[in-house]
Amino acid sequence: MIKLSQIRKLYDTQEALRNVDLQIEDGECVVLIGPSGCGKSSLLKSINRMIDIDAGTITFFNQDIQSLPVEQLRRKIGYCIQGVGLFPHMNVKENIAILLRILKWKEEDIERRVDELLLMSELPLTYKTKKPHELSGGEAQRVGVCRALATDPPVLLMDEPFGALDPMTREKIQIAFRDIAQKLHKTVVFVTHDIEEAILLGDRIALMNEGQIVQLSTPEALIQDQKENFTKNFIGQDYPLMVLKRFSVRDLKLKPISNLNVTHRIDLDTNLKEALALCIKQTEAVIFKDEQNTYSLVYSDIFSFIRGMQDETAH
Amino acid sequence: MKQLIKHRVSILYALFFLVWIFQFDWIKENILFFIDDQSRLVQRISLLELAVQHIQIVVLASSISIVIALVLALSVHLSQSKEYRDLILQFSTIGETLPTAAIIALSVPIMGYGNGPLLLALSIYGILPILRNTLEGLSSIPRSINEAALGLGLTAMERLIKIELPLALPNILTGIRIATIINVSAATIGATVGAGGFGVMIVSGIRTYEPLLVIQASVPVILLALWFDRVLRVSAH
Repeated sequence: MIKLSQIRKLYDTQEALRNVDLQIEDGECVVLIGPSGCGKSSLLKSINRMIDIDAGTITFFNQDIQSLPVEQLRRKIGYCIQGVGLFPHMNVKENIAILLRILKWKEEDIERRVDELLLMSELPLTYKTKKPHELSGGEAQRVGVCRALATDPPVLLMDEPFGALDPMTREKIQIAFRDIAQKLHKTVVFVTHDIEEAILLGDRIALMNEGQIVQLSTPEALIQDQKENFTKNFIGQDYPLMVLKRFSVRDLKLKPISNLNVTHRIDLDTNLKEALALCIKQTEAVIFKDEQNTYSLVYSDIFSFIRGMQDETAH
Repeated sequence: MKQLIKHRVSILYALFFLVWIFQFDWIKENILFFIDDQSRLVQRISLLELAVQHIQIVVLASSISIVIALVLALSVHLSQSKEYRDLILQFSTIGETLPTAAIIALSVPIMGYGNGPLLLALSIYGILPILRNTLEGLSSIPRSINEAALGLGLTAMERLIKIELPLALPNILTGIRIATIINVSAATIGATVGAGGFGVMIVSGIRTYEPLLVIQASVPVILLALWFDRVLRVSAH
């Protein structure tokens, strides 16, 4: 658990962070989002002491981060940045293993760990001997995530890691990252300025403006509960549609039906935004099947699901 | 084989150099026949002996420069202090502006005749190119790489050894190359204060108005400089 209380940061006389409080639970992904200069990156970097705060305390699993040697703290926190920062003179394996080498792991353990990480991030094992300049942007960032995960730190700090990638690559890597973080039960603090990314990845979204957290909600709750004008303007009118991407057809818990001709080749993992788009194109029900069953999907299934979800978050 | 191809030019220079040193009589009669040979009037000095002295002086002086420059560069880099950096660069620039001849002349009363004054002058002269290039290399590492190394929790020493020095290596080698090739040619003036090397023959050639001697000793100096340039250039890649 990470607890930030009354964090203040000044750049010259400019207040970058104004008495920010935030508590991040184990295994949770909190996304910090806001316009440029809102202090989201500063807040993130204060956790692994890439910047030093001027007032306030940060505790990391009930320990004040100032009481630890800074290198020791950083080794417990994976850190990914937009520029990735792979070391150009080392190949992929050496990049991932740099901390393991410093920590004097045995060579066969390193080999196994690197294989495991590459497999998990869907990179071929033959990439081990590639140099960073031979990788595409998406591949490089996957390697960056592997490097951050090498020592299995409980916490990951992500500073706009996928911001420079093209939309197709970005979505793939977002989903892959979400799955990895959930599977490994990592606590994640993620900075972005992309609201869709925040919705897709965040268990909670912390909306920041002028050095303060304006609103802290789950993505679903944010549909109804927009405390300030700033929130309304920032997340935009089509926010509810974007939230659909968080869910898949599986979440609708459709009842199997029988004896109908399949009209579409989608499956239960298709996200609800795409499913809704299909419903709009189609005048009648969308009929599809998975391995065993056939299902029928109409508008109203999606609508009632959203209604139900909102009722849930209201309580 | 690959190594051979990579070093083909430097091998060529080395061959020329060796042929010149060991087969000079043949060269004199077949290539330089148009130059009047008066060398029977002068005490013959073995070219091989001069070559060995010359290389020894250059290598020793360059090594001293490398050690001093690297120590200074690392102290500047680790101190993170801009004032200290400027001070060190100022001093080494002053060292660079002093004429080699002046350093040699001024140090003779203290160090006496021989190789000492020459080594001192060459060492001082070699510091700046290495120092400046090393600092340049260390400070031109992209921000994202430094941030990643910091974020991973590497200590200052670990960053230096694993990341910064390897990435600055091409620049460091450039500095060493420049210092060394300057030293190869500058070493010749040491003969005026009794130092060894090809300069001995050049100076006596000038004193006895004998162009053949000057050419005999100058050509290997050029070849040696070219060879050092080539070898250090290739290894920087």
